[in-house]
Amino acid sequence: MLDRISPFAVAVLAALVGVVFAIVFMEQESDVAVISMVAAAAVAAWFAGRIGVPERVARAAEINPGGVSAIAAIGGLAIIAAYAEDHFPLLMLATVMLYATVALGLNIQFGYAGLVNFAGAAFFGIGAYTSAKLVGSGVPAVLSLPLGGLFAALIGLLLVFPVVRTRGHYAAVVTIAFSVLFKTFLEVNDTFGGPQGLPVGAMNLFGWDFGESPTLFGIEASFYLNYALAAFVILALAFTLVRRLERSWLGLALDAVRLDETGAACYGIGIRRAKIFAFVLGNVIIGVAGALYGCMQGYVAPTSFTFSDSLIFVAIVLLGGMGSPWGMILAAAIVVVLPEKLQAIQEYRFLLFSIVVIAILLFRPSGLLPRRVRRYFPEGGR
Amino acid sequence: MSAEMLLDLEGVAKSFGGVRALNDVSFSVGRGEILGLIGPNGSGKTTSFNVLTGLYKPDGGKVVFDGADLTGATPQAVYRAGIARTFQRSRLCLELSIFDNIMVGNHGRLNQGLWHNLFARKALKAEHDAAFAEARELVALFSPALADTLYESVGALPMIERRRIEICRALIARPKLLLLDEPSAGMTHDETHQLMSDILSVRDRLGGLTIILVEHEMGVIERVSDRCVVLNYGEKIAEGTYQEVASDRLVQEAYLGSA
Repeated sequence: MLDRISPFAVAVLAALVGVVFAIVFMEQESDVAVISMVAAAAVAAWFAGRIGVPERVARAAEINPGGVSAIAAIGGLAIIAAYAEDHFPLLMLATVMLYATVALGLNIQFGYAGLVNFAGAAFFGIGAYTSAKLVGSGVPAVLSLPLGGLFAALIGLLLVFPVVRTRGHYAAVVTIAFSVLFKTFLEVNDTFGGPQGLPVGAMNLFGWDFGESPTLFGIEASFYLNYALAAFVILALAFTLVRRLERSWLGLALDAVRLDETGAACYGIGIRRAKIFAFVLGNVIIGVAGALYGCMQGYVAPTSFTFSDSLIFVAIVLLGGMGSPWGMILAAAIVVVLPEKLQAIQEYRFLLFSIVVIAILLFRPSGLLPRRVRRYFPEGGR
Repeated sequence: MSAEMLLDLEGVAKSFGGVRALNDVSFSVGRGEILGLIGPNGSGKTTSFNVLTGLYKPDGGKVVFDGADLTGATPQAVYRAGIARTFQRSRLCLELSIFDNIMVGNHGRLNQGLWHNLFARKALKAEHDAAFAEARELVALFSPALADTLYESVGALPMIERRRIEICRALIARPKLLLLDEPSAGMTHDETHQLMSDILSVRDRLGGLTIILVEHEMGVIERVSDRCVVLNYGEKIAEGTYQEVASDRLVQEAYLGSA
């Protein structure tokens, strides 16, 4: 049935359906409407899988990756534009994008290099606290965002030695310990506001005040539009970086290290170097996302960066599909939006995510959007 | 030892707890030679390979390769010096493509710079295209059909194709010395024969590559090796042409037990 349409047209149609669905879905208030729409989406996704939509979209992305990314970007901006006047949906969209960015960072560590990092929320928090401290003392946003990433990476260096020296479960335990330590450290430390946390001033980018409501085409938008757009830019940059990393010799070396350290060493790949590189780069991305998240929330507190939050980030990576950048965005959207829309499950969300993770590992270990065989360049070499 | 020797092992020893896996083992391999390394199970053949490639540090002795001391070197340094190996049990990355697996072997010749890989996509593309053409050519020497499917994942391929890809992965970086650890494992007699013919013809094209071959199939050893070294309980018990070692009393006892 789809054979008469070009793969690119299928991708455009799929994006259109997705955007309309997302806009309508976020309108819904009642639990019944939300649950019916989730059920409809599940059936539609199953049906789309049956008639080969994913293969065709992937094919379109292989032939014309720039075009498919552009469609996705336009789709994302369309959803943001549809809610330009509403605080709450914009905050939610920006959170989805920042969580997706964190998942992209974790994906470098976990999906490519095989380093399990259960301290994602801690590095996210380091970024947020960095901007709390810096924005308050008048450092411009252009600097505070990269510095958030830099500090996350620097403090992450404390963990490099144990994480790189130990293998598998032991490395995971080290990151769990760090995650718990981080929250306790913040709670007892007065410079960082103790358990109450710190207020974060509004961001200012070259005179563009993020606390002001922008006026577009005569409509006064919510000031969260600023943050949603900034989150969009950061997500787009992180996505491009991860995509390029995956499709390069560096990404290949990380895969080789994850799949077979001994084999990789016998072909000259520096195991430690590869792991340190992945760990640091991942933490930089997570820290930058955290720095923007701090500004957007307006305050930072230890309770936002707990071990449970780290587990949510790992759940996003598993749900989306390890190594699959598109999967990170889809999974972040599901994990952030669903509990917000379904107030009934809000309290049980950790329980639900645990069940989802177990189900994924049992029945679909490669995630919702499984990673595909690496192609370095569009139609490369054939 | 004489200057035309590519590799010298002198009195190499390796113990695991109380087990002497290698005890004072010395042998040499000349340039362009094919050396068969044989012996019963557990005689120290794979351990020799693991010491040679830096996976195990030897307890004593010396490894000299191409004039440089490689005793106790890291696996990465051994690879850079020009020694590549295959493994007894296939170590291909099954979820990666054929091309990816071969490029793992090409690691040292590909530009691993951060800027080059992430931001200089044009230069990367040129390098990629050249590497792809080279990999395709190499694979085609073994199997022309396989050369058209370099972007297929390795997991679906039969054993003989996987062996071929493993050997291509070892050959792509143009090593001076190739270590083949039981290439016949898991394959039928005919497949092994075919694979050895492929290796010999590729070797001729590459201009006299030096090979050390660990193998249980004596037919293979007889056919391809110039010289054999026989190990038993971690010690060298014989050395010479296949005919010489096959008629050696100690070797016969090692394989069949003493009468």
